[in-house]
Amino acid sequence: MFRNQYDNDISTWSPQGRLHQIEYALEAVKQGSASVGLRSNTHVVLLALKRSSGELASHQQKLFRIDSHVGIAIAGLVSDARVLSNFMRTECMKSKMMYDRPIPGSRLVSLIGDKAQVNTQNYGRRPYGVGLLVGSYDEGTGPHLYECLPNANCLEYYAISIGAKSQSAKTYLEKFAKDFGEADLDALVMHGLHALRETLQQDKELNLNNCAIGIVGKDHDWELIEGDRLNGYLDRLETGASTTGATAAGDLVQGEAMDTTEL
Amino acid sequence: MLSTYPGQPAVDHPVSAPIEHRFDPYVDNGGTLLSIAGDEFCVVAADTRQSEGYLINSRYVPKSVKLSDKTVISMGGCYADCLTLTKRIQQSMEWYHHAHGKTMSTAAVAQMLSIMLYQKRFFPFYSWCILGGLDEEGKGAVYTYDPVGSYERESCRCAGSASSLIQPFLDNQISFKNQETQRRNLSLEQVLRITKDSFTSATERDIYTGDYLEIFVITKNGVQVQKMDLKKD
Repeated sequence: MFRNQYDNDISTWSPQGRLHQIEYALEAVKQGSASVGLRSNTHVVLLALKRSSGELASHQQKLFRIDSHVGIAIAGLVSDARVLSNFMRTECMKSKMMYDRPIPGSRLVSLIGDKAQVNTQNYGRRPYGVGLLVGSYDEGTGPHLYECLPNANCLEYYAISIGAKSQSAKTYLEKFAKDFGEADLDALVMHGLHALRETLQQDKELNLNNCAIGIVGKDHDWELIEGDRLNGYLDRLETGASTTGATAAGDLVQGEAMDTTEL
Repeated sequence: MLSTYPGQPAVDHPVSAPIEHRFDPYVDNGGTLLSIAGDEFCVVAADTRQSEGYLINSRYVPKSVKLSDKTVISMGGCYADCLTLTKRIQQSMEWYHHAHGKTMSTAAVAQMLSIMLYQKRFFPFYSWCILGGLDEEGKGAVYTYDPVGSYERESCRCAGSASSLIQPFLDNQISFKNQETQRRNLSLEQVLRITKDSFTSATERDIYTGDYLEIFVITKNGVQVQKMDLKKD
């Protein structure tokens, strides 16, 4: 009710103790098409649904390489994602120059958090309108998956999804989360695709153009899988094969009905 | 006191004159490098001795770095400058890859290096660079530089402390200069033999060259590295 009076700029609190501009920025992330991330003890897999503005248009790229051991999936304003990924790339190179070692994922994500926070406290600025899923593999501590949002919160996850209808993907991920740790790379990717499929609209399906997979892990530099290389995975998706609990493919229909309010 | 001040004639009565104290930022770490372009290959070879005057810093510090599957760079001169310049090239190549989704071609790296060197025209990188690789047609390419970025594509070149010993030999044996023998394309084996002989001979006469020889061979199958011993005296 009072939202309209206190939502004009970032430096105004509402009487309920909220910063509405941040919530509006989070809304921009929720409106973006879905991205999913999940990790095992050896790999991180990021998947994204690529939107296109029309039949004749290309599909928007959603997975970006940051360094050989770090990749991101985005949801929201792509231009803001570009700025943040250039920042991350610079920080990765600085780390290699200064300390002669690849930057740990946690440190990189802290830098994003600090940068995003500035825009939540200075008058005249606006929060970044993009959510990032950051997948990294660190030599000492293994694979990590982080979610970075416009509210400058950066949290680590075993599995997460952001963007439109992401709650449906989360439901799938929660159901099978206990299998992810020990899963091999193939099974992990198939779980990710199943989760991503949950975010599709009623009559749509995953195809070579609207889907992308990014993998990083032990002895596995960031690899982007798009186009024809998706064939193998998508074919197995149709037959519902290759994940433990493959019968789940049948009883996942409920995912649509469970689309409750996201927060 | 006799005048022994720098730049002053020797005299037998006391003099006083200002002396300029400076820090010389450059050091010559010695060593020799060469690169030869073949029909479908390129060879980049350099010794691995790093020295300062009569002192040997290390018997094994590589002077050549693989930049991509089709490009190798080798640098002689001041090792600190060479190292930083190499890192900057690698960073620029990585930005290029982020922006364009593909590896920089050898010719593009060549042009970029020239620009980077001239950007420090008034405090130069003390680096004698040779860039070797395959061009977009798959033929061998060698690009030679001076420390401020003047560059040119050639068929073969050597640089460094023994360059004046090796270059004439290469001109004669690779480019068939100053002799009546017909010019012919050399095979990889022939070029490697000439390379190894060049270095073993240079090692005999040049005190800054020796220890080990590292040879990078670039073909359409990628980059392979060989290492062989040189005399260590």
